[in-house]
Amino acid sequence: MVLNQFTAHELLDKLKNSQATLKDILDSIYARIQEVEPKVKAYARYKSVDRPRLNPQSNGLFFGLPVTVKDNICTEGLNTECCSKILTNFRPPYDATVINKLKAAGSSIFPFKANMDEFAFGSSTENSYFGTTHNPWNLECVPGGSSGGSAAAVAGDEAIWALGSDTGGSIRQPASFCGVVGLKPTYGRVSRFGLIAFASSLDQIGPITKDVEDAAILTRIISGYDPNDSTSANKDIPDYTDSLGKDIRGLKIGIPREYFIEGMDAQVKSVIEEAINKLKSLGAVANQVTLPHTQYAVPVYYIIATAEASSNLARFDGVQYGYRAKSDSLIDMYKKTRAEGFGEEAKRRIILGTFALSHGYYDAYYLRALKVRTLIKNDFDAVFKNFDCIITPTSPTPAFKIGERTQDPLKMYLSDIYTISVNLAGIPAISLPCGFTKNGLPVGLQIMAKPFNEEMLFKIAHAFEQNTEWHKIKPRL
Amino acid sequence: MIDKETVEYVAHLARIELQPEELEKLSRQLHDILGFIDKLSVLDVGLVKPTSHILPISNVLREDEPHICLTPDKALENAPGKNGNFFSVPKIIE
Repeated sequence: MVLNQFTAHELLDKLKNSQATLKDILDSIYARIQEVEPKVKAYARYKSVDRPRLNPQSNGLFFGLPVTVKDNICTEGLNTECCSKILTNFRPPYDATVINKLKAAGSSIFPFKANMDEFAFGSSTENSYFGTTHNPWNLECVPGGSSGGSAAAVAGDEAIWALGSDTGGSIRQPASFCGVVGLKPTYGRVSRFGLIAFASSLDQIGPITKDVEDAAILTRIISGYDPNDSTSANKDIPDYTDSLGKDIRGLKIGIPREYFIEGMDAQVKSVIEEAINKLKSLGAVANQVTLPHTQYAVPVYYIIATAEASSNLARFDGVQYGYRAKSDSLIDMYKKTRAEGFGEEAKRRIILGTFALSHGYYDAYYLRALKVRTLIKNDFDAVFKNFDCIITPTSPTPAFKIGERTQDPLKMYLSDIYTISVNLAGIPAISLPCGFTKNGLPVGLQIMAKPFNEEMLFKIAHAFEQNTEWHKIKPRL
Repeated sequence: MIDKETVEYVAHLARIELQPEELEKLSRQLHDILGFIDKLSVLDVGLVKPTSHILPISNVLREDEPHICLTPDKALENAPGKNGNFFSVPKIIE
C-alpha cells in the first residue's frame, strides 16, 4: 500500500513512530491527485499540477496531517466559493470554528477545496459551477451530493479524510455512493460558524473518512460549544474512540417498515438485509418499528430548507463580496447579479422558498411544514424510548448515472428520502459501507441514534466494520 | 397552485431576473413540486405545535462588551466596489 491509501489514524501512528514523514505523505497525495484527478474531478478549481504551499503546525495531535474541506466552509485567505459563480474569488477574512479547531489540533488545511453542488443544493454534485465530480467506483456515475467532492476524494485516496456538510443527507448519501464513512452529528454538536448557511435549522458539518475510527477522531476534534454559534450545544464532548471495540450484544435495533417499501432497489435491499443479519449474529436484537410520518419528510424538507435558504441567500446581492453584474440602478444590479450568479437549482430553490414564505401562502406551506416536522420528530422520540438505534439503507439506490436525473428535479429530490428525516428531527446518523451491487457499486448502511448519542453510532458502526471487509475494498481507477 | 404571474412576482421579491424561457420552465417545475408537496394537506395539524428549531434553547444572551472583530480593511477585502471605509453601490437617489 502507498501512503495516501492509509487511514488517518494509521498515518498518525506512522508519524508518531517515525515510519513516515509528513513530506512523504503529502508527496503521495499529490502524486495521486496528479494521476486520477483529471478523471474524478473531486476538487473545485483544480487546474494544474502546481503544488500550493502548506503551513502545517509540526506539533499537536495531528502532526500537520491535512484535512480536505468542502468549498462551503470558510478558510481564511483560501478561496471558498460554494462552487457558485456568485462567490467568484471569495477569500474569507476568517476561519470557520471547525477550521480553527483543526488547526489548533495540529492539522493542516488542504489547499484545494472539495467540489460540491452549488450552495449544497443537490444530491449528485452535478450542480457545481466547476463541473461534475465522477464516482471513483464508476466514472459514469455521480458521487452523490452535495458533499460529492469530499466523498470522491476520500474514496479515490486523493484525500486522507475530509469535512462535508449535511442538510438533508449531503454527507451520508455521497459517503454511501462512494463506499466511505460519513457522519452527520446531532444538530448543535458542531459549530456552524463559518459554514456558509443553506438551511440554518438543519445544517451540520461532519466527517467523511475511510473508516469508523477516523470518523470518531475527527468528530471529537470539531465538536463543542462555540459562543459564535448560539445554536451550538453546551455539552461535554466524549472521547468517541472509547466507543470503539465494544460488545453490541443485547443492543436493540429498530427497522422502520416505512423504509422498506416500493422504490428501493432490490440489490440494495438484499445487501441491507444481510448487514442486519450480520449485526444479529454479533448479538444485537432487531425488531420492526414504525415511523408513520416518513412519507411526509421530503415535502416538509423542501418547504423548510428552501424557505431558510431563500432568506440565507439574500446576502448574495453583489454588494459585500463575490460577483457583481454591471448596472446603473441598484435594484436592477441586484436582479442581474443574482440572475447571472446563481445556477438553475439555486434559483429554483430560492423562488420556491420565497413563495412558501410569501403573504397568502405562509400558513398553507411554511407553517404547516413546521407542524408536520413536529410529527416526524415525535415518531423518532417514540421509537427511541424502546430502541438504541434505527437502521436503514442510506439511499434507496446505488449511485445513478450522470445526467440521469438532472431534468427532473422532483426525482432528484426523492434520492434523499432516507436521509432527510434525520435532519428534520435533529438526530445524529452515520453511513458506512456494507456491501456492493452486482455491478460493483457500494451500498451504505445508515444508523441513527438519539440526540447527542454519537457514541452509539460509533459503537455499532465499528463493531460491524471490524467484522466485515467492505471498508478495505478500494476502487480501481 | 402556482401560475406564471405568481412565479414572476415571487422572482421579483427574491430579486432574480428571469428570462422568458426560464419563467416557463420554472413555472412548470414548481407546479409539479408543489403538487407533490400538497400531500401535506391531508394531515390534520390543528393541535400540533410548529417546530422551527430542534434544540430546547431560546434567547441566548451575552454581555454587551466590546471585543475584537473584523477591521474595516478586512471586511472590505472582498467588496466588488468600495470607497474609503464604505461599500459602494450604483446611485440610489438622483
